[in-house]
Amino acid sequence: MSVSAASSETLDSRFRGNDGAASAAGRLARRASRRLKEKVIESILFLAALVSVFTTLGIVYILVSESVVFFRHVPLRDFLTDTQWTPLFDDAHFGIMVLLSGTLVSSAVALLVAIPLGTVIAVFLSEFAGPRLRETVKPMLELLSGVPTIVFGYFALMFVTPLLQKFIPGLPGFNLLSAGIVMGIMIIPTVSSIAEDAMRAVPMNLREGSYAMGATRLQTALKVVVPAAFSGIMAAYILGISRAVGETMILAVAAGMQPNLTWNPTEPAATITAYIVQVALGDLPHGSVGYQTIFAAGLTLMLITLLFNILGYWLRKRYRERY
Amino acid sequence: MPDPKPALDSLPLKAHAAGLNFHYGDFHALKNIEMPIHDKRVTALIGPSGCGKSTFLRCFNRMHDLYPGNRYEGEIRLQPDNVNLLDRAVDPIEVRMRLSMVFQKPNPFPKTLFENVAYGLRVRGIKRRAVLEEKVEEALRGAALWNEVKDRLHEQAFNLSGGQQQRLCIARALATEPELLLFDEPTSALDPIATASIEELIAELKEKVTILIVTHNMQQAARVSDFTAYMYLGELIEFGWTDDIFIKPKNPQTEAYITGRFG
Amino acid sequence: MALQSAAEIRALIARHKRRDVIFGLFGILCLAIGLLTFATLFVDMLIDGYARLTPEFFTNFPSRRAGQAGILSAWVGTVMVMFVTAAVAVPLGVASGIYLEEYASKNWVTDVIEINISNLAGVPSIVYGLLALGLFVYQFGLGQSVATAGLTLALLILPVVIVATREAIRAIPAAIREAAYALGATRWQVVQGHILPYSMGGIMTGVIIGMARAIGETAPIITIGALTFIAFLPPSPVGAEFPFVSFEWLTSPFTVMPIQIFNWTSRPDPAFQANAAAAGFILVFMTLAMNGLAIWLRYRIRRNIKW
Repeated sequence: MSVSAASSETLDSRFRGNDGAASAAGRLARRASRRLKEKVIESILFLAALVSVFTTLGIVYILVSESVVFFRHVPLRDFLTDTQWTPLFDDAHFGIMVLLSGTLVSSAVALLVAIPLGTVIAVFLSEFAGPRLRETVKPMLELLSGVPTIVFGYFALMFVTPLLQKFIPGLPGFNLLSAGIVMGIMIIPTVSSIAEDAMRAVPMNLREGSYAMGATRLQTALKVVVPAAFSGIMAAYILGISRAVGETMILAVAAGMQPNLTWNPTEPAATITAYIVQVALGDLPHGSVGYQTIFAAGLTLMLITLLFNILGYWLRKRYRERY
Repeated sequence: MPDPKPALDSLPLKAHAAGLNFHYGDFHALKNIEMPIHDKRVTALIGPSGCGKSTFLRCFNRMHDLYPGNRYEGEIRLQPDNVNLLDRAVDPIEVRMRLSMVFQKPNPFPKTLFENVAYGLRVRGIKRRAVLEEKVEEALRGAALWNEVKDRLHEQAFNLSGGQQQRLCIARALATEPELLLFDEPTSALDPIATASIEELIAELKEKVTILIVTHNMQQAARVSDFTAYMYLGELIEFGWTDDIFIKPKNPQTEAYITGRFG
Repeated sequence: MALQSAAEIRALIARHKRRDVIFGLFGILCLAIGLLTFATLFVDMLIDGYARLTPEFFTNFPSRRAGQAGILSAWVGTVMVMFVTAAVAVPLGVASGIYLEEYASKNWVTDVIEINISNLAGVPSIVYGLLALGLFVYQFGLGQSVATAGLTLALLILPVVIVATREAIRAIPAAIREAAYALGATRWQVVQGHILPYSMGGIMTGVIIGMARAIGETAPIITIGALTFIAFLPPSPVGAEFPFVSFEWLTSPFTVMPIQIFNWTSRPDPAFQANAAAAGFILVFMTLAMNGLAIWLRYRIRRNIKW
C-alpha cells in the first residue's frame, strides 16, 4: 500500500511536471510569436508614418538638387536683383522679382478680400449668430473651400473679369485683380473657420466678465474676445497668406502667364506658380536650364510658404497653451 | 435676554426679491423666492451645490439673458427707484451698468492692469484720461491693490498672482461705482492667504456698497456676512441675521446643514 | 456720485445697441457675399454649359470641333487616378494615424513626424508636382502615367487622411482601450478589434474630403507633364483573356477632368468655353457631393455615438 502510494505519487508528480513543462513551453512559444507579430506590425506602422517624412525629404532633395545646378549657371545675385525674367530667350534673364511681384500683388488683393470678410464672418459666427445659424452656415462655408481651384479660375476669367471691365474700362482680359479677388473669396472659409475656432476657444467666463460690466456683444467681441484670440486669428491670416502665395490655377487661367514686373493689379502678370505651369505645358528637355528654372522658382515658393507655415504653427501653439 | 440687533424691517433696503421663479428650459431652478437685500450690508447665500444660489445671484444682473431658453417670473426691485430688474422693458445692459459682479475664477481681460480696471468706464464711453486715471486709482485703492501694482499699471494682467487677479477683478467691479456688488464664490479658486485678504476686503467694502455673496464655505459666510440665506433645491429655506442662522436656526433643515449633518 | 445720469446712460446704450445691430447686418452681408459668389459660380457654369450636358458629352473623346468634344478620356482618367490615390493614401494614412496615436512614444522622432505632417499640409500643391516630376517621372522612370499622378495626389492628401484618422481615434474614450487591455489584449488586438471599427466613420470622412480635394487638383498633374489632348483610353484593367487582370493602365498616358477643363478654358474659341463650363459643373457637382457626404457622415457620427 505504501509502495503503491509512493508510485502513484511519483507518477502524479511526473505527470504534473510533464504537463507543466509542455504548457509552459507552449505558452512561451506562443508569447514569443505574439511578441514578434506585434513588433512586425509596429514596424510596419512606423514605416508608414515615416512616408510623410520622406515626402518632405524628397521635396527638399528635388528642389535643392535641381536648384544647385541652376545656380551654377545663374548667380544668386542675378536671380535676386535682375528685373527681367526671360529664361527661354537667347538673351536669358532670371530675375525672380518679376514672378515674385505677380505673386505678391495677387496675394495682396486676395488678402484685402479674405482678411476683412473672413474676420467679420468669424466674429459674426462666433459671437452673434445663434447655434442653429452657425451649424447651418459652417458646413456651407466648408463646401465652398472644397471647390476645385480650376473652376474658380474659370469663374474669374469668364465672369468676374467681364464684370470688372464694366467698372474699369480698358481692363485687360487677363489681370491680377480679378484672379486676386476670386482667390480671396476662395480663402475666406480658411480664414473664417480658423479664426472662429480661436474665438470659440476663449473661455466663456471672460465674456461674462465683459457682459457683467454692461458691455454689448460688439464691445465684448472687439475688446475682449478678439484680443484674447489674437494669436489664433493671426495664425488664420498666415495660413490664408500661405494659401494665396501657393495658389496656382486661378492665376494660370485668369492672370495670364506673361512675366511682368508690376505692382499694378489691373495688369496681367505671371506668378511663380503660373510660370511653373507654363513651363510644364511646354516641351522643355529634361536637364536644360529652362527645366531647372521651375525648381528654383519652386524652391523660392517653398521657402516663402514654409516661413509662413512655421509662423502660423507657432502662433497656434501659443494660443492653445494659454487656455 | 434682549437681542441688541435692530428689527429686520427697520433697516433700509437696497433690493427685494418677491415671487421670483426661474426656469432653465423645463427645469424649475428657483421657486418663489422672497428675500430682502439690506443696504450697505453683506448678505451671504449658502446651501449645497445645485441649490440655486448662483442662479439666484445671476438673476440680479440678468446674466441669464445671455443664454437662450431661460425664463424669469416675479420681481427683484432695486432701490431707491424701485425698478424691477427682471422687467422685460428694463434693458439688461442698463441693469449691469448699475450692478457689478465678481466671478468664481478670476477673469482678467487680456489687457493691461490699467485697461482692465478702466474697462467698465470705457464701456460707458468715458474717454478723458484724467477721469480714467483718477477712477482707476480709486478703484485699485478700494481693492487694496494699489500699493502692489501702482508701478506696473501698464503690464499685462496675466502676470499677476491668482489672489491679485481676483482683487483686480474687484477693482474692475468697483470702478463703475456699482450700487450692488455681486460675488459668485469669489475665493473658491484661491489659496487660504489670498482668501483671507479678499474676506478682509469685503468687510471694508460694505461701508460703501451693498454686497451679495454666494459661498460654498459656511465659515466664510459666518465671517463676512451680516445676513445669511440658506437655500435648498431652488427654495429659500431660511433668511436672517447671520448669528441667528448659525447659532439658533429656526428651520431644522437649516440646522442639519449648518451642523454638517447634511450637504 | 453717479458717473452719468440715467438719461445719458440710456442714450449711450441705445447708441451701442445700434452698433450691435449694424455689425450683425454687416456680418450677414459678408456671409452673403461669400455664399452668393459660390451660388453665382454654380449657376454661371450651369448656364454656360447647360447645352453641352448631353449623354454624348460623357461618351465622346476630346475633339478639335467643340460641338463633338466630350470628357470620356477625362472622367475615365480621373477614375483610374483616384483609384491609385485611394489605394496608396488610405492604407498609408490610416497606418500613420494609428502609429502616432496608439504606438508612438513621446520622443523627438514622434515630434519630427508630427511637425512634418502639419507642415506638409501647408505645402502648395504645385510643389508636390515638382517632387513628382523630379522623382517619379525621371528618377523612378514612371513617366507621365496614371501611376505617377495617383502617387502624387496620394502624397498630397496623405496629411488629410492622417489628421482625420488621428482625430477619429482620439475621440475614442480611454476607458474602452483600458477595458480591452485589462482583458489581456495586445496592442494590435485592441487596434484591430476596437480602435479601427470605432473610428471607421471618422476615417471615412477624412478619406472622402481628401479624395474630393484630389479630384479637383490640377496644378501638380500639369506639372508632371500630363498631356492635355488625349483621344484614347488607357488599356482596360480587366480583359476577356487569361489572366483577366492587367496593370498596363498604370503606365499609360492619361488626362483628368481638371486638365480637360484647363485645356478648354485656355482656348480662344468661345465654343470650347461652353465645354469647360459643362465639365466644370460636373466637377464641382462631384466635389460638392463628396464633401456633402463627408459632412453628413460626420454629423451622423456625432449624433449617433454617445460614449
